[in-house]
Amino acid sequence: MPVLCSRCEIKKAHLKRPKTGHSLCKECFFWVFEEEVHHSIVSAKLFNRGETVGIGASGGKDSTVLAHVMKVLNERYDYGLNLILLSVDEGITGYRDDSLETVKRNQEQYELPLKIVSYEELYGWTMDTIVKQVGLKNNCTFCGVFRRQALDRGAMMLEVDKICTGHNADDVAETVLMNFLRGDIARLRRCTAISTGSEGAIPRCKPLKYAYEKEIVLYAYFKKLDYFSTECIYSPNAYRGHARSFLKDLESIRPSSIIDVIHSGENLSVKEEVRMPIQGNCARCGYISSQKLCKACVLLEGLNRGLPKLGIGKHHKLQDKLLKSQPLTEEEEKKFKMISF
Amino acid sequence: MCDLDEGSNEDSMGRDSVKRISSKCMKCKESPALLIIRVGDAFCRNCFKEYFVHKFRAMLGKNRLVFPGEKVLLAVSGGPSSSSLLFQVQEGLSHKASKKLRFVPGIVHIEEGAACGKTLEERTKIVADLKSIFSTSGFPFVIVYLEEVFSLPSSVLQSIFSLPTEKDDLYKDAVAGFMQSCHTSVKKNLCHETVAQETTLTEDHTHASLLSTHAHANETSISAFRGKFPFSPEQTEAVEKLFASMKTLTAKEEMLQTLRKHLILYTARIKGYSKVMMGDSCTRLAVKLLANICLGRGAFLAMDTGFSDPRHGDITIIRPMREYSAKEIAFYNKLFGVPSVFTAGLNTKAPEKASIQHLTESFIVKLQADFPSTVSTIYRTSEKLNPRYSQTPADDKGTETCLLCSCVLGIELRDEASAFRAISISEELSQSKKPEGGQVSSSTMEECCAENKMETLESSGCSCQSRERRNTTPDFWSLLCYSCKLVVKDMTSLDLLPEYILEEANRRQRRTQIKREIQEYLLTSEDDADTAP
Repeated sequence: MPVLCSRCEIKKAHLKRPKTGHSLCKECFFWVFEEEVHHSIVSAKLFNRGETVGIGASGGKDSTVLAHVMKVLNERYDYGLNLILLSVDEGITGYRDDSLETVKRNQEQYELPLKIVSYEELYGWTMDTIVKQVGLKNNCTFCGVFRRQALDRGAMMLEVDKICTGHNADDVAETVLMNFLRGDIARLRRCTAISTGSEGAIPRCKPLKYAYEKEIVLYAYFKKLDYFSTECIYSPNAYRGHARSFLKDLESIRPSSIIDVIHSGENLSVKEEVRMPIQGNCARCGYISSQKLCKACVLLEGLNRGLPKLGIGKHHKLQDKLLKSQPLTEEEEKKFKMISF
Repeated sequence: MCDLDEGSNEDSMGRDSVKRISSKCMKCKESPALLIIRVGDAFCRNCFKEYFVHKFRAMLGKNRLVFPGEKVLLAVSGGPSSSSLLFQVQEGLSHKASKKLRFVPGIVHIEEGAACGKTLEERTKIVADLKSIFSTSGFPFVIVYLEEVFSLPSSVLQSIFSLPTEKDDLYKDAVAGFMQSCHTSVKKNLCHETVAQETTLTEDHTHASLLSTHAHANETSISAFRGKFPFSPEQTEAVEKLFASMKTLTAKEEMLQTLRKHLILYTARIKGYSKVMMGDSCTRLAVKLLANICLGRGAFLAMDTGFSDPRHGDITIIRPMREYSAKEIAFYNKLFGVPSVFTAGLNTKAPEKASIQHLTESFIVKLQADFPSTVSTIYRTSEKLNPRYSQTPADDKGTETCLLCSCVLGIELRDEASAFRAISISEELSQSKKPEGGQVSSSTMEECCAENKMETLESSGCSCQSRERRNTTPDFWSLLCYSCKLVVKDMTSLDLLPEYILEEANRRQRRTQIKREIQEYLLTSEDDADTAP
C-alpha cells in the first residue's frame, strides 16, 4: 500500500522530510518549505516594504534556492521588495569560474539584475595567488574575510538596504559547534542571530536559517533548479571540516540534532564580566572593525609585504609596530613568513 | 582563535621542545621527572602529588561552598575519577594531613547492573569489590540499586528553596565558630556535633524529616547491604522493560543519568546530607558540555557542568574534580595505588555512532590528539557561561521547572523567532489540519505512530498504548523541558516510567488546571504568598 502524503492525504508521498520524518507529496513539500521560510521572515521582521535586498549568490544550491524562494514569496505575499543578485568572484580556477556561469544563468531564469565583484578588482589578489603565498592551511581565513568585505562593497555600490545570504540550518549549527570548540565567546553570542549588523554596516540576514541542507537539496531537485555542486578545492583542510563531519554523524543518529544545536546556541548566555570586543572603525578604509585596523587591511598588508602570516595568530604588538611602518627585526619577520617545507 | 596559535608555534616548539621536556622536574628542578602532563610540564613524583592535592584543596577553598562540619555525600561509581575523589577526601581528613578538611563525608554508590543487563552474580561481585574499598575508607556508605527507583516518593522531584542569604558572611562566621568550638572542646566528636547544630541549614529540615517518615516503609530498602538484595525480581524486570522501551541509546543514557541523580538526591535527603560531591573530570565535563549542546540543553550548560548545581534547592551538587584532566587522574591513580573498580556501562563496547554522548566522546578525543588545547578551551568557555534564568523563586517568580531535570521551563517560548517555534511550525505544517487543531506551544507525540496516518494527539484513533492513561495529554509535554521532551519522545510507552514520575506529573497537571480556573482572581503568584511573613 503506497504511503499517502501526511498533509493532503490524497496524493502519494514522493519524499520523506529529513526534518520531521513526515512523508509528503511534491506539491505539499514545496508549499511547506516556502511557508517555513515565510514564517522565518515574518516572525523575525527581516524586511520592510520598498527595500532593496541584495541576494548573495554563489551559484551553489543554497543561494539558487534562496533566490528562487525569495522571488516566489515576494510575489505571493507581496513583500514589495526590490531583489538584486550579488556575486563575488574569488578567483579560484576550476571552482568559481564555473559557478559564476551558473549565476549568470540564474539571472536569466529569474529575471533579476546581477552584479559581480571580484577580489582582483577590489584587492589586487585572487585566491589562487593568495594560496601560493599562504599555503593550504590558513587560506579560508583570507577568503572569508575578503568575501565579507567584498559583499558589503558590492552592496554599497548598488545602494542596497539589506543583504541576505543562503546560510542554512546546517551552516549555523556548524558555526555554533566550531565557535564553541575554539572558545570564541564573542562570536558564539552573535552567530545564531537571524539578522546581524549595526550602524554603519549594511544589515545581513539568513532567511533559510531553519531549513535543513538536505531539504534545500530536495527542493532544488524536485523543482529542477539549476545549480553548481562542487566543493571548494581548498576546503578539505579547514577546521570547519571537523565540525561538519561531526554534525553529519549527529544528524544520522538523531535528525532533530541540527535544530537542537541551534536552539542551544540561541540560549547560551555569557557572564557579564566577560570582556567583549568593542566596535569601532578601521583607521585605513573606514570599514567596521573591533581593532585599530580591520582584518582585511591587516591581511592585505601582510600579503603585499610578503609576510602572509601577519593577520593570522595573535601578535598584536608586532602588528602594531609593522603598521606604523617600523622595521622589524630578523626574528620577528621570520614569525610572519610561511613555514616552507 | 587558539589553534591558529598552535600552528604558528609549531616551528618554535620543535626547537624548544628539546630544551623544555628536560629530564628534571619543572617545579623543584632537582629530582628527575617522572611524568609529563598537559603539553610539556614535567613533574617528579612528590611535586606531582603536591600539585594534585593542592588543586583539590584550592578548588574547595576558592568556592567556599562546603561549610565546616557539613555532611557531604560522595557519589562514587567506582571509576577512576570518583575513586580518586574518595582517596583525596580520605587523605584530606586523615590525621597526617596539614590543615585537615572540615566536613563529614559519606559514600553512596548507585548500582546500575539492571539497566546494563548484567547477571546477579556479576553484580554481587562488583558490589563486593566496592564494599571492601568503601570499608577501608571508614566513612559510612550506602549502596543503592537502580531497582529502588520504583519505590521513590514523588517528593524527590520537588525543589526546596530557602530565602537567599549572604553566603560569604555565613561562611566566615561558620569557620570562625568551628575553630572556636574545636579549641574549647577536647573530643573530636563533640566538635562535629556542636557545629552541626550551629550551621545554618535552611528551614527545610522539617521537610527532610517529613520525607524520612514517609520513607519509613522504604527504610529497609535504602540501607546498608546486608547480604540480600533489597529489591524484587519484578522490579528488575520493570527496569529492564523501561530501558528496552527506549528506542535510542541516547535516550537510554539520558534517562539513566536522570534516575541516578534522583536516587542520589533521595539518599542525600533522607540521610541528612546537604551537599553531594561528584567525580566528573575535566575531560568528562568537556564531553558532557558538547553533548548537551547537541541535545538542546544550551540554556542550562552552566548548571549541568559548573562547579555547583543549585537546581534542587536544599541539596547542592558540587564537582571538585572538574579541573583534573583524565590523564592526570590516571597517572595519580597508578602512581599512588588508588583502588578503582571498572563497571561496564550502557555504552561500553558500543559502536561509535551508537549514541550522541558516545559520538561526542570519540570526537573530542580525536580532536584532542590533533589540537591539544581542545579540552581546556572548552573548559574555559564553560567557565564564562552563566545560568541564563535563575532558579530561586525570589528572583524569578512563579517559574515552573521540568519534571525530569528540574530546569526552568518556558525559555523557548520567550522569543518569537526561535528554533523551537520554527520546528513547531514545521510539525504543524507537515500534517493535515484536524478540527481540534494542533497546539503550537507543545510538540506533538507522533513519532510512535509515524508510519500511520499522521494525527494530532487530541484526536482519537491513535493506536499507541499510552493513549489509555489520562495523564498523557498535551499537558504532560508542557511539564518537560526541550531536551527531556526529546528523551520521552523516544519511549514507546509512558506507563513504564517509575510511579513517582507519573504521580508528580499528575499532581502538577491538576495544579495547573486549578490555577487556570482561578487565574483571574489571583493577585500575586503563589511564591509571593508563601514567603510573606
